[in-house]
Amino acid sequence: MQGQVAESVVGVAPVARARRRELAPYGLLVPTIVFMAAFFVWPMLQALVLAFQDSGGALSLEPIRRMAIDPKFLEAVRNTVLLTLVVVPAQVVLALIMSLVLMSGIRGAGLFLYAWAIPLGISDLAAGLVWLSIFTDRGYLNSVLVTLGLSETGFSFLSYEHPVSIFLCVAIAETWRATALVMVILLAGLQVIPKEYAEAAEVFGATTWQRIRHVTLPLLRPSLQVALIIRTILAFQAFAVVIALAAYNLPVLAGETYRWYGDLRNPNVAAAYALVIMLFSLLNTGIYLRALRTRDEQVGIT
Amino acid sequence: MSAVTLPETSGQTPGKLVEAARRSPRTRWPLYLLAGLLTFFLLFPIYLITIAAFSPRAALFAFPKPLIPTEISTETLLFFLNSRGVLGSAWNSALVGLITLTLSLVIGTPAGYALSRYAFRGRDAFRMLILTTRAFPIVILAVPLAVSFIQWGLYDTVFAVALVHTALALPTTVLITSSIFIAVPRDVEEAALTLGCTPIGAFTRVALPLALPGLAASSIFTFVLSWNEVFAATILTVVNRTLPAQVFSSLSDSPLPYRFAGGFALIVPSLVFIFFIRRYLFNMWGRVTR
Repeated sequence: MQGQVAESVVGVAPVARARRRELAPYGLLVPTIVFMAAFFVWPMLQALVLAFQDSGGALSLEPIRRMAIDPKFLEAVRNTVLLTLVVVPAQVVLALIMSLVLMSGIRGAGLFLYAWAIPLGISDLAAGLVWLSIFTDRGYLNSVLVTLGLSETGFSFLSYEHPVSIFLCVAIAETWRATALVMVILLAGLQVIPKEYAEAAEVFGATTWQRIRHVTLPLLRPSLQVALIIRTILAFQAFAVVIALAAYNLPVLAGETYRWYGDLRNPNVAAAYALVIMLFSLLNTGIYLRALRTRDEQVGIT
Repeated sequence: MSAVTLPETSGQTPGKLVEAARRSPRTRWPLYLLAGLLTFFLLFPIYLITIAAFSPRAALFAFPKPLIPTEISTETLLFFLNSRGVLGSAWNSALVGLITLTLSLVIGTPAGYALSRYAFRGRDAFRMLILTTRAFPIVILAVPLAVSFIQWGLYDTVFAVALVHTALALPTTVLITSSIFIAVPRDVEEAALTLGCTPIGAFTRVALPLALPGLAASSIFTFVLSWNEVFAATILTVVNRTLPAQVFSSLSDSPLPYRFAGGFALIVPSLVFIFFIRRYLFNMWGRVTR
């Protein structure tokens, strides 16, 4: 009698437990899926709808038309693309140098790593304000220039009369802020490359440059891909750093999105701008994934 | 969850010895010069905003300004903090950050746990979906959500901003928590099960306490993300601004001392938090992005 009870408990419980075990992971995913559906996927679709509606809610190309005829639109596209083309490569090169210096075995690498990672915690607005204190007319850069006698009264770096200099100031501030992110990604990638590869290259007499070019960089490709995708998407959204330094003298896509929503009270045109940003981002991700496709033999290493 | 392992100068492996012998100290000075220049570029601007925030207002309008302050004062900083809306918005920022980290932990931790502990159909697809969210710019969430929040009566509330920030932070939270639970040995949890714990008991009494330091670091990370977010916070609020939204929306009509002190005030909490999680930071980014 007792034996039978024990047997049935043993017989039933594992089945029920196994079933529960099969279903458990899906149950654990439900909250995340529901939340992301409601506050990520749904608004994305909503943006698509808004961009093709007039202010009354009827289907219309009016928002797209108003965006396209706005003289600031092409300017914003041009500035955003240029900014991305300048800032992203600068960040990748700088971050690569930083990670290679850290991995070269110099003394105090841990301290350098911490110092260089500090901008990770700084927002784009704060970064804009930091560099404003440097580039503004009576700021620190002009103070140095005048003190050293290099200039009489200083240079108006951020004046609308000097578009190139505004652009460079924004590019410097943006590079300063977000290089740390690229560095951390590349550093993580460098860590998983087995040391034996570099040693083998050395045995065969490769110079430092040859080793970096033909061994490290190809193996770092997956990390470079991730860094490029993330950074480019963030560059397309550059916003507060631009406004803090240049007000609206350097129109960019995210800034125009804000201007249409906040100042001009037109969510439809704002959504159209948002859509342009999304198209750019997706196009870029596609290009990077194709251009930097990881070959099969490399998958095993990463 | 150890820190990044950087190579040491006095390594013991033959490879390192070869390397050390090949690179004599004489040829290594360019590396140190490079490291010094990079440090200058990355840290000097922070020094400048700090002395700007601690200069009296008169000194901020002086020209040319000295690079070593002649006078230190809290006048500029106090002027900023006492400006209308600043303290209230700082409080809002803290609230938004706390709600965001609570929501993303409560919603994201189960998913992260599932990814790390169960092999189930669709696991890789879910992981891919979570990673894919990064290919979509966050900027485009804010405008349609503002329209929806107005309809739902949530517009211009701390909670609405926290919801958007949670949507930003959740994918990262899921990936980070999953990497944290991978680091918690499975055996101890199974031992608890064989000793009579329920699966939930094994999770809360064994896995959770072991994962706690990592989860705390992940929460700080989420908080900083929320604290720093400008675009959505500015679009979704009118009166109940967060600190970045408040500073941003008053940029055009505020004097330079306000902006410098504002820049400094925005940086300080992030620096403190980053300092506390510096050991975890690299690991988190490293694992998430790999």
